[in-house]
Amino acid sequence: MKLKNIAGLLGAAVVAGGMLASGAASAQEKIGFVYVGPIGDHGWTYRHDIGRLAVEKAFGDKVKTTYVESVKEGADSERVIRKMAADGHKVIFTTSFGFMNPTVKVAKQFPKSMFEHATGYKRVDNVSTYAARFYEGRYVIGKIAGKMTKTNVIGYVGSFPIPEVVRGINATTLAARSVNPDVQVKVAWVNTWYDPGKEGDAAKALIDQGADIILQHTDSPAPLQVAESRGVWGVGQASDMSKFAAKAQLTAIIDNWDKYYVDRVKAALDGTWKSEDTWGGLDSKMVEIAPYNDAIPADVVALAEEAHKGIIDGSIKPFAGPIKAQDGTVKVKEGEALDDGALLGMDWYVEGVQGKLPKGN
Amino acid sequence: MLRIEKRPEPAKSMVYLTPVLALFLTVASSTILFSVLGVSPIEALDNFFVEPVKDAYGVSELLVKATPLILCAIGLSVGFRANVWNIGAEGQLTMGAIFGGGVFIYLYDVDSVFLLPLMIVMGAVGGALWGAIPAFFKTKFNANEILTSLMLVYVALLLLSLLVHGPWRDPDGFNFPESRTFSQSATMPILWEGTRLHFGWILALLAALGAWLMLAKTLVGFQVKVIGAAPLAGSYAGFSQKKIIWFSLLLAGGLAGIAGVSEVSGPIGQILPSISPGYGFTAIIVAFLGRLHPVGIILAGILMALTYLGGETAQINLGLPIAVTGVFQGMVLFFLLACDVLVNYRFRFKSYGKAVS
Amino acid sequence: MSGFDWLVPVILTVITAATPLVFAAIGELVTEKSGVLNLGVEGMMLVGAVAAFATATVTGSYILAIFAAAAAGAVLALLFGILTLSLMANQVATGLALTLFGVGLSALAGQDFVGEPVKALAKLNIEGLTDIPVIGPILFGQDPLVYLSFVLVALVSWFLYKTKAGLVLRAVGDSHDAAHSIGYSVIGIRYLAVLFGGAMSGIGGAYLSLAYTPMWAENMTAGRGWIALALIVFATWKPGLVLIGAYMFGGITILQLHAQAAGLAIPSQVLSMLPYLATVIVLVLISKDESRIRKHAPACIGKIFHPAA
Repeated sequence: MKLKNIAGLLGAAVVAGGMLASGAASAQEKIGFVYVGPIGDHGWTYRHDIGRLAVEKAFGDKVKTTYVESVKEGADSERVIRKMAADGHKVIFTTSFGFMNPTVKVAKQFPKSMFEHATGYKRVDNVSTYAARFYEGRYVIGKIAGKMTKTNVIGYVGSFPIPEVVRGINATTLAARSVNPDVQVKVAWVNTWYDPGKEGDAAKALIDQGADIILQHTDSPAPLQVAESRGVWGVGQASDMSKFAAKAQLTAIIDNWDKYYVDRVKAALDGTWKSEDTWGGLDSKMVEIAPYNDAIPADVVALAEEAHKGIIDGSIKPFAGPIKAQDGTVKVKEGEALDDGALLGMDWYVEGVQGKLPKGN
Repeated sequence: MLRIEKRPEPAKSMVYLTPVLALFLTVASSTILFSVLGVSPIEALDNFFVEPVKDAYGVSELLVKATPLILCAIGLSVGFRANVWNIGAEGQLTMGAIFGGGVFIYLYDVDSVFLLPLMIVMGAVGGALWGAIPAFFKTKFNANEILTSLMLVYVALLLLSLLVHGPWRDPDGFNFPESRTFSQSATMPILWEGTRLHFGWILALLAALGAWLMLAKTLVGFQVKVIGAAPLAGSYAGFSQKKIIWFSLLLAGGLAGIAGVSEVSGPIGQILPSISPGYGFTAIIVAFLGRLHPVGIILAGILMALTYLGGETAQINLGLPIAVTGVFQGMVLFFLLACDVLVNYRFRFKSYGKAVS
Repeated sequence: MSGFDWLVPVILTVITAATPLVFAAIGELVTEKSGVLNLGVEGMMLVGAVAAFATATVTGSYILAIFAAAAAGAVLALLFGILTLSLMANQVATGLALTLFGVGLSALAGQDFVGEPVKALAKLNIEGLTDIPVIGPILFGQDPLVYLSFVLVALVSWFLYKTKAGLVLRAVGDSHDAAHSIGYSVIGIRYLAVLFGGAMSGIGGAYLSLAYTPMWAENMTAGRGWIALALIVFATWKPGLVLIGAYMFGGITILQLHAQAAGLAIPSQVLSMLPYLATVIVLVLISKDESRIRKHAPACIGKIFHPAA
């Protein structure tokens, strides 16, 4: 009881103070970012923060961006998101799948703020979702990998067996086998997004098992560094990582949130913001392919660019049939293609991937 | 020459004075830290200690954050008193979430007032089971519990990952790694409308009260204290060391398990691949910061929670990276722990050549 | 010969995975032998990692970088020493606080180095020796820190069991009151042991940021400090067993990755549990002989010493 009284008094004082503050600072809108990792991860969060800086640059004094990094999925995220909303942030970007339910919950309590949740599927009036079709980029890379491998074994360092990662593995495998039917893809899961040592060890194990191309869906440049030192090929993740592997990096798949973030903040400032779902790919430049390594033969580059162009103009769909599942059964018939719903929840391997995925109920 | 001298008996006044002194030192040294970082020290301290609890909601969040810390620390403190070095509360918490939350996964369509109590009991069972393994290895094979309890943390986290990425996924959740959201009957009652403060907080207070009664009034509490302070005396008195090992690990595991189930059926509301941002480890600090005393642990848990909340506020309002929070937390803890010396010791200036005794 | 060719890269991988653990664990072992428990290994490794990376980037000297790492680790250890030895703060809590502090401090110091590469620590290459099949690259193709880790284990073992100073250190850890009454400076000796532990943790960190994965990224130790602490218990405080424990742990980690790459139909999470489970099981098997463990475990570990004047 006593606590409640004190808290009530404090609450009243804050409301009063808050009104004063909001009256003074209305010229500048606050834009918030909630990150799951540290900015210094040089991977996923690092790229989102570059997007934040792009917003600062584009709008100058009109906005003030704030962020909280290393917010663990779980009980903490709701508090951080709510704090930002209560603090009067106009737009709040929550950049990890696990923030989905807290984002929606807080959004319902703060109808005046606009929320942007990355990689989820729940939307309400003031919650948009956005994600990138990284699999499109991985499809392009698969073409190169299929041509460049001599051992016909591609190694893939995976983080967690979630649809996003499985989709990337499948897209790569389909593309690689379309140019080289003998390709096999071996996967090693490290059960972390980020542990440079372990990611590197997984790459080494894959190379020792015959892989001469290392792809990765983990954050650090370690697998690429291993590729460099072992004299095999690798592909950068999230950023152009050629600094870490000048010889080995075939190309890199780049997350680019800059344009999306600037557009959405602009829409919020204009009053044209609506709740929508954006799944941007190569055409929107949300996914980019880094410059190709000079060592890739011209005809292989041409193949990759053809795939790149085809995906943008819609003539190529990475998950167009016929597609066989790992056990050889036909999953997608000739003339059909998987729709976004099927892609979103993908939990099966295509033919050519080795190993087994954990099954649902 | 300045020297440290043991007090004949612990100074009561210092028990209360040292935190004040530590606070003073924190203010003094963080003035330097924040000035170097180009932030106004007053503003920074305000953001760390005042801003997060300025409104009722902030206070409720403070207690939400402190709940798992206190639950784990209470259990750990009993073991630490008896020299049982359980550092695996994080794994025990995770198993509590798995066992307790698992009840809902399999009984998700049951709408009954008994569901939540069953979940809490199973959470305690899960945690206690995970505490029982080090106890068994210790008493039967003499295997050191520091190692076994720590290694089991990783095993529990991987087991959680396996379940959430596999069979426990929400069937309508596009195969993303998270369970169904818990139904009303599987959710901790909210104590304070409009906030997230839940029944787990009451459980934490009850645990503290229970631990206090147990240590002060019961034979087993007496045995814990004697075996901790003087193992030989304990064994002369016929106290069973093994019994105390079992007791403290089961108790710590059970309470950590309750912390785990309180998180998933409280503020989280579903099972996720990551349930705890390291509460089981932070609770070790909380236990010692609270001088292994239940009341001290409640205060220490709240203080520790405050520094986390303050870190978030400082990031939002001042743009200080989370790294600064770590440095700042470290400093606060150093001062608090160092000032504790004054409870049992005093500083004396002494000149050479003069015998004092 | 060629039948063993596949084994060579596996062994090389295990060596890199184990080396940072060996450094951190052997240093902390000396600390613990003197009766002090410093749980801040993770924090000390991280400041070592960032100090080494920064020094190597700025000066280009790897020798300097390794010294910087040792110094950075030792500075953190000194802080721990002041708090726990001079001010008699609780060791367990102070060690954990040191980890929080070290994680933050290293991230703060390393902000400008994220995303920057550094050349990997050079490996030995002796013509005629390094090219010998199988044993050549293993015995004669490592970087200097790997050799140093083995030398270090031998030196620590010799120091603890064959020198008078080592005997004194163990005495301090086993019975500080007795050691004090004979006239040894318990606090002074413990300071040295704590500093040594910090310096070695720092070098373990340097191995991560210069050799294992030559880069700096926040929190890049990813829990290795904790594994190092567990390995000391696993080794029942014997230096030689630290080496075996680190290689066993690293070895099983690598093998499970190989099992996955080979397409074994067991969930990766289960395979990833193996190193932890194996460590527990082996410990259980070797712990049966209570008297043998008691001989090596420091009796005063974690206990505060104050000379009864």
